[in-house]
Amino acid sequence: MTDLAPATGTRAPSAGTSDHPSDQPVSNTRVTPPPEQSARARTTERVIGVLALVGTAFTVWLGLWVTPPDKQQGDLVRLVYIHPGVAWVALYLAFGLAAVSSVLYLWPRTRSLFWDRLAAASVEVGVVFNVCTLVSGAIWGKPTWGVWWAWDARLTLTAVLLVLFLGYLALRRVPAEPEVRARRSAFVALFAVLDVPLVHFSVNWWNTLHQGATVLNPGLTLKIHGSMAWTLLLGFVAMTLAFVWMLLVRYRIGLLEDWLDANELDAALAERQSEGTRTPDAGGAPAAATAGVPGGTPVESAGVA
Amino acid sequence: MWRDAALVAGKDLRIEARSRVGLSQVAPFGIVALALFAFALGPDRAVMARGAPGLFWVAVLFSTVLAVQRSVSVESADGARDGLRLSGIDPAGLFLGKSAAVAAQLVVLEALLAAGVIVLYGAHIEVPWLIVVSCVLGTVGLAATGTLYGALSSGLRVRETLLPFLLLPIVAPVLLAGTRIWQAAMAGGTPSDGTQWLRLLVVFDAVYVAVGVLLFGPILETA
Amino acid sequence: MAPAAPSSPAVSLRDAVALSGRFPLLAGVDLEVAVGETVLVEGPNGAGKTSLLRVCAGLVPLASGSLTVLGLDPGRHRTAVRRRVGLLGHASHLYDDLTVQENVRFAVRAAAGDPARIAPACERWGLTGRLARTPAAKLSAGQRRRVALAVLTARWPEVWLLDEPHAGLDAGARALLDGVVAEAAASRVTILIASHEHGTVEGLAHRAVTVTGGRVTGERTLRPATTPAQVAGSGSAGGPSASEPADAARPTAEVSRVA
Repeated sequence: MTDLAPATGTRAPSAGTSDHPSDQPVSNTRVTPPPEQSARARTTERVIGVLALVGTAFTVWLGLWVTPPDKQQGDLVRLVYIHPGVAWVALYLAFGLAAVSSVLYLWPRTRSLFWDRLAAASVEVGVVFNVCTLVSGAIWGKPTWGVWWAWDARLTLTAVLLVLFLGYLALRRVPAEPEVRARRSAFVALFAVLDVPLVHFSVNWWNTLHQGATVLNPGLTLKIHGSMAWTLLLGFVAMTLAFVWMLLVRYRIGLLEDWLDANELDAALAERQSEGTRTPDAGGAPAAATAGVPGGTPVESAGVA
Repeated sequence: MWRDAALVAGKDLRIEARSRVGLSQVAPFGIVALALFAFALGPDRAVMARGAPGLFWVAVLFSTVLAVQRSVSVESADGARDGLRLSGIDPAGLFLGKSAAVAAQLVVLEALLAAGVIVLYGAHIEVPWLIVVSCVLGTVGLAATGTLYGALSSGLRVRETLLPFLLLPIVAPVLLAGTRIWQAAMAGGTPSDGTQWLRLLVVFDAVYVAVGVLLFGPILETA
Repeated sequence: MAPAAPSSPAVSLRDAVALSGRFPLLAGVDLEVAVGETVLVEGPNGAGKTSLLRVCAGLVPLASGSLTVLGLDPGRHRTAVRRRVGLLGHASHLYDDLTVQENVRFAVRAAAGDPARIAPACERWGLTGRLARTPAAKLSAGQRRRVALAVLTARWPEVWLLDEPHAGLDAGARALLDGVVAEAAASRVTILIASHEHGTVEGLAHRAVTVTGGRVTGERTLRPATTPAQVAGSGSAGGPSASEPADAARPTAEVSRVA
């Protein structure tokens, strides 16, 4: 991932372009080229993608056809090859990565937009895996326990985590410059991280005191051995690889989005500077002016006659 | 820090005393919520009495959102937030002051709602001190997290819809703890069950108050 | 010539770029203001005058370039810089539900100002009697400006950043303002004034810089004198306006109101 050329928009203002009429389009020579993905990064991404695909295919084949059904649960047990895998990714890998990245972004010495993009990508992919966890859990739960949903500790924690993820993403959608958005998101992630252990304990205690919990024992009572064990392991590995691949792709997209924004900024800088060389007219102001209101549509507020 | 906190808390409470928003809008909203719950759960008082702890805390949570929104919107008129930043006031003091003001309003509100729950739902409380302590601890946690998220979402136009969505999941432990403690303190409950929940509340409060004191400065500067 | 500044300048910007979202408010500003200097900032609407002042106040961070105020980096020494700098912006930062008096008291105490100066400042700006007890919501724009000016007068920071200070004021208030600014200039306060009112302000300022397109594009010297000349018709109230020669090297580091 570090091989991707970072989109450092060179913000050095273009030296004195005089007589630049406002309606002439900004010349393309001032636009920085898009970050090129190095050959090594491209191969890594491809390889991981292929491995993930192969792994998943293998897991499916082994899970559906090769391994035997369980005595108690029958064919339903085959979900064990998928469900714990996605659950581990959603609850621990994605969330943990997002948490660590956010903290690293906030820490002054390691501050870099790389961590922010990584955290955002991790959360977004994590949401997908989280939903898969809940859905696969529900599919498993209905025939086994008779209900689509139960308020047992793990499920509830997963649901809360999903909501926290969605909150993070909702906050990111608010338009703002990259550093501001990154800080805001990092703070929200940090608060969520601090909250999760508290939610974990409270939900666990909540559940053990609750009468109905004994029926829905989250601990698997089935014994895993032989080919089932290997398939389970393969399932974990395949899901992890799938996450990593999606993470890489999403990160790259984020990088390109930021590059696009930085380019608009360079164009805006150039146009702003060209204002100075145009003859100012009496009441005239170029349309876009703002008095420092962040992240919003520019509004002229210094207009005192 | 403490001097600035007292200054800010005094300012917020004075504004509340003048405008009486908490008294005339937030409190009635809490009562209305209790009434809605009663309509939803049917006229059987036994059901309502059993659900009273949870319903109380849900009403408190919704009212907290309103109180926090109000606390934030006080600063957004006439660029008061910029004014606070410009004055060089200690951010930790600002955090503590605003949280204290919100907490003070919430405590009054909770007393009112508790009375409402006892009267409307027929809840019987055996161990009142447990209720009081849990309310105080819960309030501190709610005020601290509310102020934090309020500051984070303060400049945003979508604050009104975003703040509840961000805040409510975070305070789920307070809801769970508060409800359990109430159940322990009511007739038919075991008071000793409440102690581990009290400990959880203390930890929750400690964590978020510490976070606020340490990080409110950077949060304020985030646009 | 501006006052000789053997010690560090009061405000120093080098190639400063400041952003708001995607929009560059400042696109590479170079400016140096010596201690005790009064500078007029002029330029067309939308040129970046307000943004320049806000950046100097530390409200808007720089995307690139450097800024020092009173020798300190506003990003790192936030409280110290803000306590010594006063910004008179377009907004007055008043709380609608509080009275004028409560607003001034809060603002001055929040900025760690001297509470004893509150009453004289309010009197000077005519915020007495019934007006003092009026909630801020009922004030006119000019009255809000007066309140903000009263806060500034009570605080008397070392650097004054005035953004269109004459806007909305009646003739009496304008005269008052000129008097206060002259007094401040005489007491070695560094002043930046963004204004369209060339007439009055030029009498107060040492030099004028022109800002267009987010950059400083011009400069002219107005008065070589180091002590401000008598401003025509400035009825400066009996404040301590001891005019000191500029090269009495009073190092800025002396001032120790760091929070």
